[in-house]
Amino acid sequence: MLCMICKQNAAQVHLTQIVDDKIKKVDLCEECAKHKGINDTPGFAIADLLLGLGASQEMAQAGGGEDIKCPACGFTAADFKKAGRLGCSQCYVTFAESLENLLKTMHKGTKHLGKAPRGLRQGRDLTDRLKQLQRKLDRAVADEDFEQAAGLRDEIRSTRDQMEHLAPGLKP
Amino acid sequence: MTIQEFLISPIETARRAGPHDRIVLSSRVRLARNLRGFAFPGWAKKAERVKTLDTIRPAVEGLPQLAGAFSETMDNMGPLDKMILVERHLISREHQAKGAGSGLVLNKEESLCVMINEEDHLRMQALRPGLQLKQAWMAIDQVDTDLETKLDYAFSPELGYLTACPTNLGTGIRVSAMLHLPGLVLAEQINQIIASVNKLGLAVRGLYGEGTEALGNVFQVSNQMTLGEMETDIVDRLNKVLQQIIEHEENARAKLLEQKPKMVFNHIGRAYGILANTHIISSKETMNLLSLMRLGVDLEMFTGADRALIDELFILTQPAHLQKQFTEKLAAEERDVLRADMLRERLRQVGRPAPKPPGAGAGPLDKRN
Repeated sequence: MLCMICKQNAAQVHLTQIVDDKIKKVDLCEECAKHKGINDTPGFAIADLLLGLGASQEMAQAGGGEDIKCPACGFTAADFKKAGRLGCSQCYVTFAESLENLLKTMHKGTKHLGKAPRGLRQGRDLTDRLKQLQRKLDRAVADEDFEQAAGLRDEIRSTRDQMEHLAPGLKP
Repeated sequence: MTIQEFLISPIETARRAGPHDRIVLSSRVRLARNLRGFAFPGWAKKAERVKTLDTIRPAVEGLPQLAGAFSETMDNMGPLDKMILVERHLISREHQAKGAGSGLVLNKEESLCVMINEEDHLRMQALRPGLQLKQAWMAIDQVDTDLETKLDYAFSPELGYLTACPTNLGTGIRVSAMLHLPGLVLAEQINQIIASVNKLGLAVRGLYGEGTEALGNVFQVSNQMTLGEMETDIVDRLNKVLQQIIEHEENARAKLLEQKPKMVFNHIGRAYGILANTHIISSKETMNLLSLMRLGVDLEMFTGADRALIDELFILTQPAHLQKQFTEKLAAEERDVLRADMLRERLRQVGRPAPKPPGAGAGPLDKRN
């Protein structure tokens, strides 16, 4: 399909608009689209297109304006409005408040169910184990069972060592 | 080796069989993953994208499942190569547009395909012919489990795997199947089906995925929600819905043959007539007519044509596949002529379609694979 304006390059930007109940389709090449400002129209939020109408507004309002900037990657709420995508994984912390409602309307729930990286699963298990050992130790000390306490202390130390060896970032 | 030499030939691809492949062309499960501490590909500068690519690519290449795989960066592939990969449904249109800092790793069987720095750092997909969602999920789950020992994924216990677009957050899973539904289209029931599938929180899309037309009566059904539901539950749910769509399609075909046989034979006969005698034909018209011929094959109306021939032509007549057979660059008008030449030649052996005489053994509609 050729670009409707220059009729030379292949059309890569396809815009469908509804004007007065009629569907209007425009097919443009990247060059002409840029020229016409379609890639960067301020009133045209891809976030709304991808995530449903009102998504960009939600972001802007809940997050306290478009000025919030992700400390990790410099991405702003205004960038999200334009792109409909986030800048880095840290953005989920930066824009947590604004994303909450969006996620509610978009997904079945807001809490992850399902697979987790093994390291993290191990980390979770080790944390649980550590808590359990600590409780036992407290009890042993209270009972003045020092022989058992010494054994438990060794176990706690080795569990801590195991946690140290988990991949960075996976430590609980 | 170039990608064109690496790819399985169209006829071999067309011959691959799977459960319910009368209606389900293929099954796919893809997972989206990102690395901790790097900007997502759409926001990262080129240097950072190259760095993530250089981290991910050797990790993927080193997997036993991808031994002997084709691995290349997108800037080292020509536009025709990329277009062919799109036509084979191995990469997305978004990935086709990528250059330096993006890559592709594809195994020999074309059952595992990993896009690096598409929308996310990693988009890994398992593909199977016919309806095999569970098998595809298990295959890609294993790849992911093996990869996580080498790569540090961006993951939050609350939100799951963190993705560039919030629509993929959580499991990062997209389970989909490509369906051939000429019966439901001819019976004008397809919009009803699409509406009810949408109500179940599933998306119905066209041949090349997001934002494309349903050419050749081919539809893609996939999950939309990725957060708050287990992967296996999503797979099971889609599986159930697909079983029902298959049943509806079979019913629509049976009912059409019973109530409007002439209408059905007319469509199939005209499709054959045009394809076997055309001198100029677009890729879009070809697909729509091949779809009707495929239905004719399912109804045992053709001698000398099997489903593999139709599916092979489905691949070969697409623009990039047609172009690759010629060294000089073809204009769209030239392609339409050469496409017609190929179709006439390939359909010469195929006899004119005739309705299967009644009482000749079990009807095709009783046959379920």
